[in-house]
Amino acid sequence: VSVKMTTRQVGDVTVIDAVGRITLGDGASTFRDTIRNLAAGGHKKLLLNLAEVSYIDSSGIGEMVSGFTTITNQGGVVKLLSLNKRVKDLLQITKLYTVFEVFDDEAAAVGSFA
Amino acid sequence: VDTRTEEHTYDSTLESVDAAEAVVLKEAQDLGFHEDDQHKIGISIRECMVNAVVHGNRYNSRKKVHLKVTCRPGTLEVLVADEGEHFDISQLPDPLADENLLRHSGRGILLMQAFMDEFQIRPRQPKGTEVRLVKRVAKAG
Repeated sequence: VSVKMTTRQVGDVTVIDAVGRITLGDGASTFRDTIRNLAAGGHKKLLLNLAEVSYIDSSGIGEMVSGFTTITNQGGVVKLLSLNKRVKDLLQITKLYTVFEVFDDEAAAVGSFA
Repeated sequence: VDTRTEEHTYDSTLESVDAAEAVVLKEAQDLGFHEDDQHKIGISIRECMVNAVVHGNRYNSRKKVHLKVTCRPGTLEVLVADEGEHFDISQLPDPLADENLLRHSGRGILLMQAFMDEFQIRPRQPKGTEVRLVKRVAKAG
């Protein structure tokens, strides 16, 4: 059981739709590779849609933070979309709510990059 | 006394993390934990097993991870022990300090402490570290 990540462009924003579990092993490495490839491709406005992510462990959180750092170090921005309650709880426990900008509505999220 | 205990010994692999999670979640379900609490228990067991396999035993095939699950009415107790070097929890960086928020790792113990009712860590004899996790079934209302 792992995560599947697909990307689509909405204007100049790259939306990453993640489905599954982001945990130590395949899930975390798939997540890491996707973000690295986007960074290498010069994508600077990333919106990570976590609506279909059921489970994130501390390794998955670590990859989210590393991805955030990679993109911001290149002058880009990463924002989060549609967190379920469990993922919201994780971000609150780890205080990462203070790091990531989080949206419930995709149009509002995309518009916020302008 | 309605107490049930089971013990398992695992290799130091990531497959063992899944196996231990499955064992504990089956017991949590049987004890009547709510779905959200089962999720918290599952994450905690995964974090604990990952610590034992990765940081404790360092994937050493000669070292094992020991799981002991005790079920009492309304209470789940889990002991996870590795055979690695003991470490001092007070030496770990605070994952909630501003300067550590963007660190890649170091949040596993924080999650276990947040999700379980009791969390204890102690040296295991003759070698290693043992973590004790306890979760009680929430009373209705």
